[in-house]
Amino acid sequence: MRIVVLGAGNILLSDEGVGVRVIERLPLNYCLPPEVEIIDGGTCGMEMLEDLENLDALIMVDAIRGGKAPGTPIRLAGDAVPVFFKTKLSPHQIGLSDVLATLELVGKAPKYTTILGIQPVSLALGMELTSEVEARMPELMRMVIDELAMIGISAPARAAQAA
Amino acid sequence: MSKRVTIDPVTRIEGHLRVDVEVDAGKVKKAWASGQMWRGVENILIGRDPRDAWAITQRICGVCTTVHAIASVRAVENALQLEIPVNAQYIRNLIILAHAIHDHIVHFYHLSALDWVDVTSALKADPGKAASLAESLSNWSGNSKAEFTKVKDRLTGFVGTGQLGIFTNGYWGHPAMKLPPEVNLIATAHYLQALEVQRYASKIVSVLGSKSPHIQNVAVGGVANALSLDSQSVLTVERLLAVKEWIVKLDDFVKNVYLVDVAVVGGFYPEWTAIGRGITDYISVPDIPLDGKNTVFALPGGHIANGDLATFKEIKTHDDQYFKDGVAESVKHSWYEGGKGPLHPYKGETKPQYTDFQDDGKYSWLKSPTFYSKPMQVGPLPRVLAMVAAKHQPTIDYATKALDLVSAVAKTKVGLGALHSTIGRHAARAVSCAVQVDELARQWDLLLGNMGKGDLKTFNKPVFPKGEISGVGIHEAPRGVLSHWVVIDDGKIKNYQCVVPTTWNAAPRNEKDEPGAYEACLLDTPIAVPDQPLEVLRTVHSFDPCLACAVHIVDEEHKEVVKVTVL
Repeated sequence: MRIVVLGAGNILLSDEGVGVRVIERLPLNYCLPPEVEIIDGGTCGMEMLEDLENLDALIMVDAIRGGKAPGTPIRLAGDAVPVFFKTKLSPHQIGLSDVLATLELVGKAPKYTTILGIQPVSLALGMELTSEVEARMPELMRMVIDELAMIGISAPARAAQAA
Repeated sequence: MSKRVTIDPVTRIEGHLRVDVEVDAGKVKKAWASGQMWRGVENILIGRDPRDAWAITQRICGVCTTVHAIASVRAVENALQLEIPVNAQYIRNLIILAHAIHDHIVHFYHLSALDWVDVTSALKADPGKAASLAESLSNWSGNSKAEFTKVKDRLTGFVGTGQLGIFTNGYWGHPAMKLPPEVNLIATAHYLQALEVQRYASKIVSVLGSKSPHIQNVAVGGVANALSLDSQSVLTVERLLAVKEWIVKLDDFVKNVYLVDVAVVGGFYPEWTAIGRGITDYISVPDIPLDGKNTVFALPGGHIANGDLATFKEIKTHDDQYFKDGVAESVKHSWYEGGKGPLHPYKGETKPQYTDFQDDGKYSWLKSPTFYSKPMQVGPLPRVLAMVAAKHQPTIDYATKALDLVSAVAKTKVGLGALHSTIGRHAARAVSCAVQVDELARQWDLLLGNMGKGDLKTFNKPVFPKGEISGVGIHEAPRGVLSHWVVIDDGKIKNYQCVVPTTWNAAPRNEKDEPGAYEACLLDTPIAVPDQPLEVLRTVHSFDPCLACAVHIVDEEHKEVVKVTVL
């Protein structure tokens, strides 16, 4: 099994960086098994091609413009995934959508893709998340862990940080 | 009657890039390039520790991560007049070069080739004929009939599913597409092979940078890589031998495929050597330092006026007064408070003042940089011309090789003058890439040689003085001159300005209302079909405006990313 949890986003634009913040905090809060690789993708594109080849599962974490109330956690799976990449739901899906389309072309696309995220409150300049999104971070991390559980991967909470 | 065509966004470097052109009698008569998102990232840095700035600035842009890290540490080191160990230079140089090679390969094949190559036409190609043609041009192992047949079959299957995927947004069958089916098939095969090859450049950045996509190893004062001849935990000779293998693979592809393909495409589109000339005042800076003080360089740079190589004025060091004094930015046509005239980056201000898009007023979030009051073009073309003017022999050799091949395909003599054009910018990028591959191998030899002498030093500790100091970090990035300007007071950042390549090229009109490079280069571009402005994209893409989305032009009704509006 090869599984990647990919955090995408720009940490200079407050909630835009929520995906990267999840990637930073996940290993501090949960014990992830070796088959799960976590990647801080930032706003990158084609450099990620090799990292995302032939995955059994890709779990992407990102700010999502899903028309929900700000701070609402969102899960996209199945048919909603290609829609996510084709429309302007994420401010930086463009580089990543090309990576995934390229993987389709060469027959190395992830077998399973799901996108977890949150409706941003603010995309203003700043390196901190807004307090609303910050408050939902434990929930967002829990969603990643639940997603892993669905594909049979157990990632127990670390004792010290367990809430 | 003239028509106004708006393309928004063309790319997402520093936010959206919007291009407006006024088309009359089938040609562009007026053009506006507009940055559609406020950058202002510099404001985040004020009050921070200068040693942290590189990690923050490398997040400015999704593609150019390493270049901002490099320019940032150089700026702080320049302010401190801090020399760094040569090993640190070699390691940084390897990262810089591998990143540039990656960037150039991906730009040509994956972000802009489809402006020239019609993938659907490749379905009509005869793989045998394609192989004979390709084998007559180069001895690349991937040019066989079997390989081309495989690619054609795969493409047929892909198109047969009705899902063009990555190829969905091309202008297939557009009247400006002119390559024969066999050349389209060869280019498509190389598109796929380039996907394999680009990873070797990425791996070099990852191994030396300790992490990808964002590198972790640079530091003010050098690099954080511990060098060792044997220990497992650090950068060992064994890992460096793997790097060497990847360099050899890149060398083969760049010289036998990329440089050849660009020349062949150029030969089939000779009219594009006369389109997209625009601004011919060029600036580039020297890079790939060979000493710890940034005074001796492998690759020269400098200023050229009016496209005349005889005017070449070399920029000699990264502390060059001629460069430092020449740069200023105007906000007359930018959405910032102005009225003070062009300001030097040390004095630069970033106070937003948004108006609507005003054709003759303010219309962009980009500032308008000038060099001694004149707008400049930056990028591989200025770089290659400067290196030719400086008599850098490898550059002259690769440029000659490329132009000879263009001449053979076009069946007419094509000289250096043809480079001042849209297709010339692609050719220059390939020439630059060939030079960079050679330099990559040389930097590897220098690093290993120095380690062999027992020098394993990679870091000199910075010490910040009381009071105010300032410095500039200069870097010849893949897209051209990048400079970071920092003012430090009592060890904290007081002001920080990044003057990035795309700001030079995509600049709005300046203090004297002169157009920026994109705007000037678009003038007189022929437009066959106004609502399919492929020709505009060809010229804008020839500058490599950063992100993958640059190839995605779709209308609003399909709720996709790009809007093409014709009024």
